[in-house]
Amino acid sequence: MVCDICGKNETTVHLTEIINNEVTKLHLCENCAREKASEMEEHFGLADLLGGMADFGVQAEPEEMSRLKCSNCGFTYMDFKKIGRLGCGECYEAFKKNLAPLLKRIHGSEQHYGKAPIKAQKAVKVRDDIQGLRARLHKAVEMEEFEEAAKIRDQIKGLEKNMDKKKENNKEK
Amino acid sequence: MNIDDLLNKTSEWLKGTGPNSDIVISTRVRLARNVDKLPFTHWASGKQREQVLLLGREAAEKSNLLKDATYFKMAALSELDRQFLIERHLMSPEHAFEPEYKVLIIEPREVISIMLNEEDHLRIQVIQSGFNLRDASSLAAKLDAELNETINYAYSIKWGYLTACPTNVGTGMRASLMLHLPALVITRQINKVLQALGKLGIAVRGLYGEGTEALGNFFQISNQVTLGRSEEDIVWNFERVMNQIVTREAQARRKLLTKEREELSDKIFRAYGTLKNARIITSGETTNLMSIVRFGINLGLLPEINIKMVNEIFILSQPAHLQKLENKALTPDQRDMKRADLIRKKLGGQKNV
Repeated sequence: MVCDICGKNETTVHLTEIINNEVTKLHLCENCAREKASEMEEHFGLADLLGGMADFGVQAEPEEMSRLKCSNCGFTYMDFKKIGRLGCGECYEAFKKNLAPLLKRIHGSEQHYGKAPIKAQKAVKVRDDIQGLRARLHKAVEMEEFEEAAKIRDQIKGLEKNMDKKKENNKEK
Repeated sequence: MNIDDLLNKTSEWLKGTGPNSDIVISTRVRLARNVDKLPFTHWASGKQREQVLLLGREAAEKSNLLKDATYFKMAALSELDRQFLIERHLMSPEHAFEPEYKVLIIEPREVISIMLNEEDHLRIQVIQSGFNLRDASSLAAKLDAELNETINYAYSIKWGYLTACPTNVGTGMRASLMLHLPALVITRQINKVLQALGKLGIAVRGLYGEGTEALGNFFQISNQVTLGRSEEDIVWNFERVMNQIVTREAQARRKLLTKEREELSDKIFRAYGTLKNARIITSGETTNLMSIVRFGINLGLLPEINIKMVNEIFILSQPAHLQKLENKALTPDQRDMKRADLIRKKLGGQKNV
């Protein structure tokens, strides 16, 4: 279905407006919905809107969703839907499945590329190193340099093992 | 520093200096940061919010950039003083709301301010005069690093800096410019420009940020995307787009000057005349007329006053500033009279008769 406003893009948002008892149904694309949203913002507030967007593209069972709860702060996914704010940093991990498509929709990305605080800088470096090694491994295999490839594979394993250990240590704390 | 000390000072960002300051009034960069593991402000208990205040204070005390900073407990300030701080763009309107457990840290030049327990535990702000994105963002980054020595930030390797609202997650960085675009408005190009910005993931707001309308051809424009791009990338991209707007405004100004010089002069001198002579004036009318006068100065059509004076009037003629100058509460009607007095005095117009 194409968007009712621009008539070009595929619809992703379905809006029912009731003005003076007259019901109009609009099928909008993302861009036009966003424009419409800024018109409505003063009436509903951004939080409602975000909450409303929150289930976009997620096929989770409603029941499973309503039970989602952050173990660090007790905030539930339903709370997030209501107010459009999360309870704590750990909520991002707890609601990952539902948040990832939302973040993708807001920012066009699901992966942070900016700087990191002091404590995380090591972990970021390890991740980047592993990525670099993977690329080298891929090339080595392609060139049929298997001895080199085995070496790189062991390096990756070593780094990953270290990473897992750290994660466990953090959890115990 | 006492809050009243600010009254007779011009904030650094209103000095009217810096690159392209005829079009770009100020550059602002803000970072949203939270303390690791603690619930975000809205979900935190009083005790946990107290913890944020303690940590924030400790971090700021160790920071070189905040050596001479002052702490203002929102709950200890009058409503008027809180409004006063909003008018100076040192904090958001939201920070004045439900003031308990909220603190504002500012340094004397008013370049850096930190809100504690706003939507996020820390909202770090750098505001500078003119088009100064790189300076402002590098100063914000420096301060961020200093605070990070004390505060362990909520961060994930995947999502970046974790924020209460998912629209800020990632870099937590919002860069914004306050632009004065009278020529684009007069030549009716502004809507096209604003529409194009929307498509580039850039938001446009009014004078006081979110939820406020654009008055007097002043537009606050900021980046929306915070995840998936590095800080440098965001700044670089935003700067490039803003450069185009500045160029377009400058072109439109030149065109107006050659094609409609007389009409423009007429408009500018009428605005100037009204400001110099009015006995009663609302803040809305002031903003609109001052916008035209500012335009006239930048076009070289009004040599007798300068931008710094205009900026001063802008700040001082706001409701909370007027009441602090008078040292008492004023009704809106009284304010409109006092405002007219102040402007006449500043512009050397007629004395009270």
